[in-house]
Amino acid sequence: MGAQLRVYKRRIRSVTATKKITKAMEMIAASRVVKAQRKVAASTPYATELTRAVTAVATGSNTKHPLTTEPENPTRAAVLLLTSDRGLAGAFNSNAIKAAEKLTAKLEAEGKEVVNFIVGRRGVAHYNFRERKIAESFTGFTDDPSYADAKKVAAPLIEAIETETAEGGVDELHIVYTEFVSMMTQTAIEARLLPLSLEEVEAEAKPKGEILPLFDFEPSAEDVLDALLPRYVESRIYNALLQSAASKHAATRRAMKSATDNAGELIETLTRLANQARQAEITQEISEIVGGASALADATAGSD
Amino acid sequence: MAAELHVALVAADREVWSGQATLVVARTTSGDIGVMPGHQPLLGVLESGPVTIRTSDGGTVVAAVHGGFISFADDKLSLLAEVAELSDEIDVQRAERELERAKAEDDAEAQRRADVRLRAATAAR
Repeated sequence: MGAQLRVYKRRIRSVTATKKITKAMEMIAASRVVKAQRKVAASTPYATELTRAVTAVATGSNTKHPLTTEPENPTRAAVLLLTSDRGLAGAFNSNAIKAAEKLTAKLEAEGKEVVNFIVGRRGVAHYNFRERKIAESFTGFTDDPSYADAKKVAAPLIEAIETETAEGGVDELHIVYTEFVSMMTQTAIEARLLPLSLEEVEAEAKPKGEILPLFDFEPSAEDVLDALLPRYVESRIYNALLQSAASKHAATRRAMKSATDNAGELIETLTRLANQARQAEITQEISEIVGGASALADATAGSD
Repeated sequence: MAAELHVALVAADREVWSGQATLVVARTTSGDIGVMPGHQPLLGVLESGPVTIRTSDGGTVVAAVHGGFISFADDKLSLLAEVAELSDEIDVQRAERELERAKAEDDAEAQRRADVRLRAATAAR
């Protein structure tokens, strides 16, 4: 076998192996998207009821709570960025990071100091490489987050917002995550969790313009709100984690699908080239044989 | 029509139980509270403890609820809990083992959880 042909054959073999791997990853990701979507759906009733309850207390009572009132002069803001632990998901992580950087720039332009909280090894690596400060980071659960993970992420954030700004606390809490719109579309979005803007929550809680009844609070409106808000933050973070996980799997599926397609194309091209090389080799061999035979015939004819 | 209320018991990651009921008894931070159809709108903070739901077909559902909220309006009652389990989902032996272990390790949180589970499981009998 000629050298050229051997090189082509070897490359075809290696690309075929890669294609098998990417195909398997594509199928794994596809099944995980479905699972993640189901988890998002399962967490929806809790989130809806909680949002309703928050709206009810916040609108139904004249309670002033630090988490629902805008501070006069916000100076520190926490940004929670959700990325994934593993790559191979196209532009998934870089989109989220870009959105976070845009938000950071905006907040800094408003004169606020930004405190970074990061979920996922990819985001942590990005910030560490650029030697930016990370207040706290969480890794190891982004593929399949549980409610306990959301609580773990929320705890330091709630603590920070409850601390006075002068003592290292924050005034605002923003979250950047990738919203799962559909299998084909996932967008990195940013949202402000705290202080709570009631108009937004209200619009979310009662799309049909229903009127909330006057509630009787047990034990009191303040206590209910005190207990409710941390749960609300946790539930929002849980939802964001789940959406981010679903988006990551969808992005992986898409990236792996195009990798598989490209590998297929590459194999086709290489096969063509290999065939051409083989043909060229055969043609050359024939012409060598014919040339050799005629030279031999000439030689015998001359000796006679 | 017999007065009924619609109950939804939701945990953070799933809907545990939902259906029609005539009476719901739950423990709030200021004491046990019973809700029947036509109760005034209510929003309360729940203590960890068993919640008893008397269903409209005469049965009783008991669930262990670990903290959360109760909200009632328009004959719709929602019980929101981070963690909630129905009594027949609770493995009594496992809960007992956990209680032992929690006592040995002096883990107040785990002890409370196991205790609530056991109380819910015994209340259902």
